Amino acid sequence: MKKRIIYELKGLYRDNLRITGYEFGKGKKSVCIVGTMRGNEVQQLYCCSLLVKKFKQLESDGRISPGHKILIIPSCNPYSINIQKRFWPIDNTDINRMFPGYDLGETTQRIADGVFKEIMDYQYGIQFTSFYMPGEFMPHIRMMDEGYSKIETALKFEMPYVVIRKVRPYDTATLNYNWQVWDTEAFSFYTTSTTTIDRNSAGQSVLSVMKFLSSLGIIKYNHSESDKKSKVVYDTDMVSVQTAKSGIFEPLVKVGDSVREGTPLANIVHPYDGEILETLFAPTEAKVFFMHSDPLTYANTSVVKLI
Amino acid sequence: MIKTIASVELPVDEVLAIQKRRIAPKGKTKGLKRISVVTGIHGDELEGQYVCYELSRRIEKDFDKLKGIVDIYPAMNPLGIDSITRGIPAFDLDMNRLFPGNIDGNMTEYLAAEIIKDVSGSDLVVDIHASNIFLTEIPQIRINELNEKELVPYAKKANVDFVWIHGASTVLESTFAYSLNSTGTPCLVVEMGVGMRITKEYGNQMVDGIFSLMKELGIWEGDAIIPREPIISSDPDDVSYLNAAVGGLFIQNVRHWETLKTGDLIGQIIDPLSGKVLEDVLSPVDGILFTIREYPIVDEGSLVGRLLRKEAYEK
Repeated sequence: MKKRIIYELKGLYRDNLRITGYEFGKGKKSVCIVGTMRGNEVQQLYCCSLLVKKFKQLESDGRISPGHKILIIPSCNPYSINIQKRFWPIDNTDINRMFPGYDLGETTQRIADGVFKEIMDYQYGIQFTSFYMPGEFMPHIRMMDEGYSKIETALKFEMPYVVIRKVRPYDTATLNYNWQVWDTEAFSFYTTSTTTIDRNSAGQSVLSVMKFLSSLGIIKYNHSESDKKSKVVYDTDMVSVQTAKSGIFEPLVKVGDSVREGTPLANIVHPYDGEILETLFAPTEAKVFFMHSDPLTYANTSVVKLI
Repeated sequence: MIKTIASVELPVDEVLAIQKRRIAPKGKTKGLKRISVVTGIHGDELEGQYVCYELSRRIEKDFDKLKGIVDIYPAMNPLGIDSITRGIPAFDLDMNRLFPGNIDGNMTEYLAAEIIKDVSGSDLVVDIHASNIFLTEIPQIRINELNEKELVPYAKKANVDFVWIHGASTVLESTFAYSLNSTGTPCLVVEMGVGMRITKEYGNQMVDGIFSLMKELGIWEGDAIIPREPIISSDPDDVSYLNAAVGGLFIQNVRHWETLKTGDLIGQIIDPLSGKVLEDVLSPVDGILFTIREYPIVDEGSLVGRLLRKEAYEK
């Protein structure tokens, strides 16, 4: 293992910002795994820390195939994590909206550029990332509907779901999109949580990455073959259940639950008198894929997504 | 007439309402031209607030000269303005990346869609921004190159100092102005002053410009100034960017809109702890400084200024 600083920025009154990478194996740039870009992505940091630990073990056991280099960057944004702020401390910009970056540009453009120069040549890119809305997901691999990444490759993670989503204008400045522009097959990895640590889904993500790399011949890793193949889902096919009222959000089911048509999914409760303002029901037989996690909710909000 | 164009009930005993004021001549308004003045998409940009007030005041003073409809939307992001938040609080989203919105979408998308629905069909929209809390801008209009032909004639009447025609970018397709311009409602984007402050001088200049535009559109029959002739730049090489080479405290040495020569000292980045100068920020070209850093703390890479090269305004 080689630990090295990928990018460094001098602070005025704070310690320098250091983006640290862990390299395993030698040879062509095979896989790059990137963790937190935002200051609240604690689960993503945790997953990468487990992967670093796992790769140390694989390397010492000689189980990384010759000719392959793996790079893990647990965090691209220690400054924000350390002050518990989602975006960049001074100007509130999102590093994951700055790719491919610009070395003479603004601070987060420079960070994106510094990181991207190091990671742009990898054959496969995996980013542990988060959704903009607070909530819990069924763990899944997410990819864009247009681009260089292939569904067949995504299936090698053996996660229960592969979600294909439509590219939107703002995606053009994300790491995932730019990786693909530079011919990296890029995949976003969503575990259950973001701001809290979920050990089970973190463990599942480590196992999934092991299966992925093993199937590509990059590592030697024995695991039981699963008969279950990932289900490929298009985000446009998901059923969103929206609130009509604002109030206290009281979930009645959990992520992963199977529900029948008409199953109560959540109540919206009046914040003063406790009366139920609205009950959300499953419009069809489905599985709960996403569930809002804040105690309050606004009207017109997709608080549950079903597949 | 004050009208709520979109509203959403918030979780605890509050309704979020986006309002507009319509000022129109008495009698029938069908067939009259309409100008919409919009501001407050970013909650930390307040320069447009004064423009809305002053525009109303001047119209009312000579109400009989009004021959068309003026719609004033002072607060597209009321929660942001009330909480000194640039984006939409709680969602941490830039409202100007949500358009055209979705009427069936979540709260933020719904609000964006209702705004577009209400403003669409105006003969002209003026969307007033105030840079951000970090930079001061000379009154200027920014135009996407895709809309240059339709918008530059309006921009010339808007009494601004500078018209910056910039390249198209996919990311900008989610802006309010792009959504309107791409669907046939012309929209000018004004940038002036600085976030969290009111620069009365710029506000008055912009109000003069809006009256000039109203006159051009046949909405106003009263007096209007002869608009100043702006510098128009469409070549990306016309603009020189100055980014901090180091983090520190930026101290200005020159004034905004000052003509500079190559090597002139624009400011210094200092370190209050060591008492040392970390960087002399020098003008890399001959030109006019149209953007300057206002918020003193800089990281490496922070924008400290923008210069319009001499060749651009001497063309």
